[in-house]
Amino acid sequence: MAGLRVLVGVKRVIDYAVKVRVAAGGGGVQTQGVKHSLNPFCEIALEEGVRLRERGAAAEVVAVSVGTRVCQAIDDDCNQTGQLLAAMLDWPQGTFASRVEPEGEWVRVQREVDGGLETLRLRLPAVLTADLRLNEPRYATLPNIMKAKKKPLEVVAASEFLGGGSPPAPPRLRVLKLEEPPPRGGGQRVDDVPALLERLRASGCI
Amino acid sequence: MGRGGTGALPPAADCAGAAGPRAGGRAPRGSWAAAMLLSRCPSSSRARQCFHALKLIKRECLPSLHIARCVSTASVPRITTHYTIHPRDKDKRWEGVNMERFAEEADVVIVGAGPAGLSAAIRLKQLAAEHSKEIRVCLVEKASQIGAHTLSGACLEPRSLQELFPDWKERGAPLNTPVTEDKFGILTKKYRIPVPILPGLPMVNHGNYIVRLGHFVSWLGEQAEALGVEVYPGYAAAEVLFHEDGSVKGIATNDVGIQKDGAPKATFERGLELHAKVTVFAEGCHGHLAKQLYKKYNLREKCQPQSYGIGLKELWTIDEKKWKPGRVEHTVGWPLDRHTYGGSFLYHLNEGEPLVALGFVVGLDYQNPYLNPFREFQRWKHHPSVQPTLEGGTRIAYGARALNEGGFQSIPKLTFPGGLLIGCSPGLMNVPKIKGTHTAMKSGMLASEAIFSQLINENLQSKTIGLDVQEYEENLKKSWVWKELYAVRNIRPSCHSILGVYGGMIYTGIFYWILRGMEPWTLKHPGPDFAQLKPAKDCTPIEYPKPDGKISFDLLSSVALSGTNHEHDQPAHLTLKDDSIPVNRNLAVFDGPEQRFCPAGVYEYIPLETGEGSRLQINAQNCVHCKTCDIKDPSQNINWVVPEGGGGPAYNGM
Repeated sequence: MAGLRVLVGVKRVIDYAVKVRVAAGGGGVQTQGVKHSLNPFCEIALEEGVRLRERGAAAEVVAVSVGTRVCQAIDDDCNQTGQLLAAMLDWPQGTFASRVEPEGEWVRVQREVDGGLETLRLRLPAVLTADLRLNEPRYATLPNIMKAKKKPLEVVAASEFLGGGSPPAPPRLRVLKLEEPPPRGGGQRVDDVPALLERLRASGCI
Repeated sequence: MGRGGTGALPPAADCAGAAGPRAGGRAPRGSWAAAMLLSRCPSSSRARQCFHALKLIKRECLPSLHIARCVSTASVPRITTHYTIHPRDKDKRWEGVNMERFAEEADVVIVGAGPAGLSAAIRLKQLAAEHSKEIRVCLVEKASQIGAHTLSGACLEPRSLQELFPDWKERGAPLNTPVTEDKFGILTKKYRIPVPILPGLPMVNHGNYIVRLGHFVSWLGEQAEALGVEVYPGYAAAEVLFHEDGSVKGIATNDVGIQKDGAPKATFERGLELHAKVTVFAEGCHGHLAKQLYKKYNLREKCQPQSYGIGLKELWTIDEKKWKPGRVEHTVGWPLDRHTYGGSFLYHLNEGEPLVALGFVVGLDYQNPYLNPFREFQRWKHHPSVQPTLEGGTRIAYGARALNEGGFQSIPKLTFPGGLLIGCSPGLMNVPKIKGTHTAMKSGMLASEAIFSQLINENLQSKTIGLDVQEYEENLKKSWVWKELYAVRNIRPSCHSILGVYGGMIYTGIFYWILRGMEPWTLKHPGPDFAQLKPAKDCTPIEYPKPDGKISFDLLSSVALSGTNHEHDQPAHLTLKDDSIPVNRNLAVFDGPEQRFCPAGVYEYIPLETGEGSRLQINAQNCVHCKTCDIKDPSQNINWVVPEGGGGPAYNGM
């Protein structure tokens, strides 16, 4: 539908192939000098937004990142940001989307759920979150990077959105400690089922 | 930027289009890649589970049709699918694909953002500002961020930095650890014989700094960007472009969106052409474009073949009580025999936490195909003079890179129409000092000065469209770099006698210390490294101890610490000119030395699923871009080319 505006949240995270280390002090994760990349799910979400625009289903795509100059978040894998946003806005949500089809004032979303696929029809505006199977993002090629460097990047102070110029509320969560998981113990092989039963009995499991 | 790593976890099998049954979801026995998958997913995060699931789905859906099409009557399974070996203009799958490339014009294009490339870029912009001229300098770098592919000991001699930025301290250059102590020893199996380092010997480190070169390079990158250099990390220079008159026109970056089997994906896009009046090649040791340039312009006609070493490195946080910031330690001897050049380094950094950088170098002119540089490094750490330092510590990083050892005799011609070579690419390392950064930086600066004077010369008459900057080579030969390399030219070759490394030490003690390289002769290298390997039947296998998981480690967990990764669905960038040679020659004659010299477990000979014999499996995703395989393959059949930009190790201050 012409006029559909798409907002995509993007964040920069530690590259998923890098081995994460607890920073000295145990209050967080080592980030200094560590390779960061665009969060793969954000990349997919952005690709979907761009595709919607390319096929005329959307009029505008705005990418937004929230944070300091080097906007980043450590991906906690909490899987709650989209849902929290939908609740705060009181908008419908379509999470783990693997297919998105706007239909006038609605959007049809196919979701990847544990049991298979679920298709919902949501009234716009809605919050969607991307599943890996939504699309395969295109490459950011060098000519496009060069063009992007010349495009305007708007930086807005958070207080502007809060009305009255008040600063954002301080975080309500404080990380007390971060530690590495305990090293995996070795497994043991047994030759046959009787030996397995023997072991289980010996360890008191059965 | 560049391609993010969506779905880039290693699949179980990397062999494309293999004849015979190849179940999509079955992991080959003992596959490094499958184990890598597990070792990379210690946590059960949703992202990693998704990637895993997606990879299995993708593989399971594709293979059967694919195999039916690709089964050939030849008994050799096809391994290489890269277009440099199988050109696309003859490939039906590429019919009708638009192969047009966009082009950008710059004054100077630099390939490689290491110390040499960045120094050249910075110098050009400094000169442009001094003369109030505008010049466009573009720098391409295959790593996703500046410094991510940089690996070195390193003890930096600040000489060139001082010339480039006299105010480097105020600018915050990360030279935080002045060398306070210099130790050298010869190791036997149980003991360490200390060797005094007399002033005047090449390895004296007074006035130098222990640095994390990756961080230093990162800082140089910031300085370059501040000066207006266009830096493009994540884009690899894949092809050299030529004018019709044969001079270099520039480079083209890698294409993206090619499947593992060589066919185009929906996301296929051509690379960008960057044209320049002069192209500076700063790819580091054994660059893949430099390899082509040597051939095309016959640059190695009058010099010795280059000789190399492989350097493996780890970073450890250690017990504070054992930490001696500013201490530099080197050893030779055990575990190598006197005929195998190599040795260790162990540097105590002073950057807040008790961190040591340690590593091991093995000369790649070694003769025994059973030698495994990675395992030599791991077992060296158990020496009674080394192990106590590491006990109670934690290993936090690992990596490897080839380095030059040819020295003065192996420096090729440095300039050709349209381009020139700087840094470790032609090979300006001072081998006995084990330092190449200061000479690399100086060569970059000299190149830029020579280039700039041609760029602003309005009366310049160039015979070729690409400028031939011969003054660069002339000026380098008049500089302290040349004098320094000349003085130490005979030390490394003096290790080739029957006394081996000890002959080298004696030579250094007598001739270098007294004569400072003024002896009238110049010793030669015995020949290229790959030709030194003896057949396996003439050599004894080496029994390496099992890693204990505390001081020494296995290869897979080490590679995981390098953070290396590549988009998995692309043709393997370790290309073979002939797919049949690995099994028919490398394995048959040399027992597959690539299984042992690759520090990342890329090459595996695994038994065929049916019948007898083995096949070579290339786990391209593990590659750390060290270039050792291209150097040491006894058949010179492996041609390392650049993968999609952004892939490779993710070193942090290595």
